[in-house]
Amino acid sequence: MIIDRDAALGAMIPHVTERDIVVAVYQSCFDWLQLNPRDLNYVAVGAMGQASSHGLGLALANPERRVIVLDGDGSLLMNLGSLVTIANSGVSNLYHFLAANRIYEVNGAHPLPGADRVDFVGFARSAGYAGSQGFRELELFTDALPHILAAPGPQFVSMEVRAGKPYPRDYHYIHSAKARKTFRDALNQS
Amino acid sequence: MGASPQPAASSSTEVAFPSGAGIIARIKEAGIREIVALPDIVTSDGLLWPISVDPDFRLTRICKEDEGVSICGAMSYNGTRALLMMQQTGLMDSLNAIRAIGVDYELPIVMMVGLQGKEPHVKPDQSASYGVRIIRPVLDAMAISHSLIEEPEDIDHIPQAVEAAYAGSRPHIFLIGRSPEAP
Repeated sequence: MIIDRDAALGAMIPHVTERDIVVAVYQSCFDWLQLNPRDLNYVAVGAMGQASSHGLGLALANPERRVIVLDGDGSLLMNLGSLVTIANSGVSNLYHFLAANRIYEVNGAHPLPGADRVDFVGFARSAGYAGSQGFRELELFTDALPHILAAPGPQFVSMEVRAGKPYPRDYHYIHSAKARKTFRDALNQS
Repeated sequence: MGASPQPAASSSTEVAFPSGAGIIARIKEAGIREIVALPDIVTSDGLLWPISVDPDFRLTRICKEDEGVSICGAMSYNGTRALLMMQQTGLMDSLNAIRAIGVDYELPIVMMVGLQGKEPHVKPDQSASYGVRIIRPVLDAMAISHSLIEEPEDIDHIPQAVEAAYAGSRPHIFLIGRSPEAP
């Protein structure tokens, strides 16, 4: 079994509150922006692999909010040390979701190194996350979501996914001053 | 981290060193309470160890320097001030993150970078170490604000430089040319 990414993201929408920050990257970001446009979507991570670190900065500076990171597997492989940094940081408000499609989807769909055997759940567990689990079935993922998001973080969830609908890749928006201003204004108003 | 220690060029020239306690006091004066760091031998005894036991600071230890660029940039969105500490090897390794997050995104990434291998009696650009010598020209090419801390009086500009970085929402890099004296 494997989960359509937009179905997985869609299952998360009812559990994302108005005050939650969502950090999203690459195709998960483009999907999420279409599925759940909101001002507290943080889309400007700048450099590949940095979503988890941006998430940590936001979690440290905003302890009264949940920070939900929608990471990619190729991205996370560029910043595996961030798992250790996050686990050691003391934050309990960070929820790290990984869309594991095992390819570099927006860069030609080349396979990840070790695509057929990399154990992301094991990485996070070994790094010291409070919880780490993986899902290949939408129903099980959907049932577990409220419990995961209610548990003290940092929590890690690997979702084995394939692409869903072909949502547009709006790179101009995610790197725009407008996107950053929208987020900043929302963060500081609420 | 990442470079092997190199012996400084021998010299009988007497030099003075900046005060670690003085730098820490000025970091506090600048309103910084978040420190994000990888150990660097230049600043280890004079800055990072004292900071690590100072209850006024929260220290986040990172595994790789570019993590810190993202952490500090993200913190800045609600006005939280942070200082990112590393060695110049880590600075070079983080240039793309600084380019994207600090420069393109116009975020106030304030860094303190130890110039490991720089001889105490020469300016960075005259160092025998290629890795040290290129730092200021690289930052100039990227149009990134930077300043040198090596004489005792150099520490006085820290609060003003931090203020300017946050007011202008842009990076500033303090280059530490001589090991700060331990408090």
